[in-house]
Amino acid sequence: MASFFDIRARKDAAASAGASKAGGKQENARIQPWVEKYRPKTLSDVTAQDHAISVLKRTLQSSNLPHMLFYGPPGTGKTSTILALAKELYGPELFHTRVLELNASDERGISIVREKVKDFARQHLSNPPAGPAGIEYRKKYPVPPFKIIILDEADSMTQDAQSALRRTMETYSKITRFCLVCNYVTRIIDPLASRCSKFRFKGLDKANAGKRLEEIAQLEKVELEDGAVDALVRCSDGDLRKAITFLQSSARLVGALQTAGDGPDAMDIDVPRKAVTVRIVEEIAGVVSGDVIDRLLQAMQSKSKGRAFESVNTIVEDIAADGWSATQILQQLYDKLVFDETISDSCKNLIVMVFSESDKRLVDGADEHLTILDLTLRISDILQSNG
Amino acid sequence: MALLVDKHRPRSLDALTYHDELSERLRALAQNGDFPHLLVYGPSGGGKKTRVIATLKELYGPGVDKIKIDARVFQTTSNRKLEFNIVSSIYHLEITPSDVGNYDRVVIQDLLKEVAQTQQVDQSAKQKFKVVVINEADHLTRDAQAALRRTMEKYSPNMRLILLANSTSNIIAPIRSRTLLVRVAAPSEEEICQVLESVGAAEKLKHVDALNKRIAQESGRNLRRALLMFEAVYAQNENINANTLIPPPDWEALIAQIADEIIQEHTPAKILQIREKMYDLLSHCIPASTIIKTLAFKLVPKISVNLKSEVIKWSAFYDHRIRMGSKVIFHLEAFVAKVMRMLERQA
Repeated sequence: MASFFDIRARKDAAASAGASKAGGKQENARIQPWVEKYRPKTLSDVTAQDHAISVLKRTLQSSNLPHMLFYGPPGTGKTSTILALAKELYGPELFHTRVLELNASDERGISIVREKVKDFARQHLSNPPAGPAGIEYRKKYPVPPFKIIILDEADSMTQDAQSALRRTMETYSKITRFCLVCNYVTRIIDPLASRCSKFRFKGLDKANAGKRLEEIAQLEKVELEDGAVDALVRCSDGDLRKAITFLQSSARLVGALQTAGDGPDAMDIDVPRKAVTVRIVEEIAGVVSGDVIDRLLQAMQSKSKGRAFESVNTIVEDIAADGWSATQILQQLYDKLVFDETISDSCKNLIVMVFSESDKRLVDGADEHLTILDLTLRISDILQSNG
Repeated sequence: MALLVDKHRPRSLDALTYHDELSERLRALAQNGDFPHLLVYGPSGGGKKTRVIATLKELYGPGVDKIKIDARVFQTTSNRKLEFNIVSSIYHLEITPSDVGNYDRVVIQDLLKEVAQTQQVDQSAKQKFKVVVINEADHLTRDAQAALRRTMEKYSPNMRLILLANSTSNIIAPIRSRTLLVRVAAPSEEEICQVLESVGAAEKLKHVDALNKRIAQESGRNLRRALLMFEAVYAQNENINANTLIPPPDWEALIAQIADEIIQEHTPAKILQIREKMYDLLSHCIPASTIIKTLAFKLVPKISVNLKSEVIKWSAFYDHRIRMGSKVIFHLEAFVAKVMRMLERQA
């Protein structure tokens, strides 16, 4: 029983058990998205959520768990954390019978909460295999006496479905723990939120995200140009999943272009292996080139009103035809204007109002061309009347 | 007799005429065997669909050309039956979930899961996965997009998605972070001219350089529109020369007329007359947001500098109202009245 609490010994044992299986999966792993491939396997692998992880590790040792509510922006490791925790608790054999994972791609109306969730919550606990194998198993994994129901993307559950959970959570709390995962904690009704201990997952900071990306790049043997990591982190604002997807896509592009370019013109390339450049990353992330934004800004700041309209109009027309995403333009213009020292604060107030309105319109699905034109013209007006 | 647009649509990546770098990239992705989920976006008439079809062909070979259309029936939770058309080959499926309006989530969940859970039957197929092409992905409801999230991750060994959209604004961030974004810009005017020239040569039509240039200009960098205009011009006129009139579409002519009327007279009686024209446009299925946008851009060159940005401001405002509201004619008329009022005040 002493080794029950010895988490390291158990982990080592688990790792050696996992390694023997890995061989057969190699073929599959090649085409796996890196996001899945490098999903943290254990709690300690989760990047940069020290607070939540340390609390969870303690619960792992005491093998008691409260109901949990994970919230935070996308790509910060919420789902990864709970899956890693569940794996550490139950190990591969009991994982399927002890954990129920439901997400927005499953039907999750009130009827499902009443039937599927309740049925699972009500079930008896499955036990590790009997005999000496079971004792061995228990040495590796704590196997606490409860099941876990993971409700991923819980903020897209209806109010009714959420309220149907309330009593279920309490009635079966002896043998079942719930873990709600969501982006916006405000969309979870209060009675549910108050039954859970909350864990906030913060957006990843530059250093941590960069470190993880470099690790992955090294494992996948992707060459990164100087500044490419910065570009990845910048384009993904704290969303590690996005950053990893970008990394994989750019690696694919670079690798693929290389094999395709082995023809007669391959001689032109001096570098033996092409590296992922900042430009490729930005292209993949859909970032509008700085040149376009600068031209737009310049046009907006022109002094005469008639000229401003003409030049802004043509540039916006080009932007619309080039298919740049309006939200992206909005974001980049915002970053430029708000941090521009030459614009007075009162002016910025007015400008931010315009941004807010335009953003709402875009989200509602208004015409992009008109909205961007309106936005730029209004900002141009504000700049002229105050400048 | 097919339209020129369909007849001369490039069928393979080699035949694509512009955005060579992009085509090269798509080919590289297709040959690599490690094909990601794609989100292809860009203005209409820029060649998104053509590129996607060509990419599919690169992936699977000529098998994707043999398509059939299935009508499937889905049942919603409230037992309503929905009929839904699926275009499919043995390697891929093409759906337009916005056809079923608010029930698109049901279709997405049922259909994608079904596809995802079956493996490729054809053992000799080049790829192990099937591709699902989703048209008009920006019209998917939030629910449907949320339903896509996990499906995309979970079933990625058996299925890849290609989403087609006009803009990424309406696509939720989690989807954007799971896909490789591919931007297809509209062709430039020179590129349109080249296409027109090659199509004209293939059809043995008389080549008039100046006319092609004018068509390219009029089309607003929309290749489909340019080709349709090109065909219309050649169908209507016997003798083609540089000054042959390019007939604008009826609806555009009508909107131009409305713009003129707004500028000439600012009275309630005029609004009443304009209302009739508006109803005429609406009954011919011209979308209200197209009307308001075209009207604004027709008005702008005809009014004084000070009012231009005002007109754009209000057109954007009422365009948003149209999106949110349910009765479009109110907002169209309100816009007309607003512009008249502005002109009146200035005079």
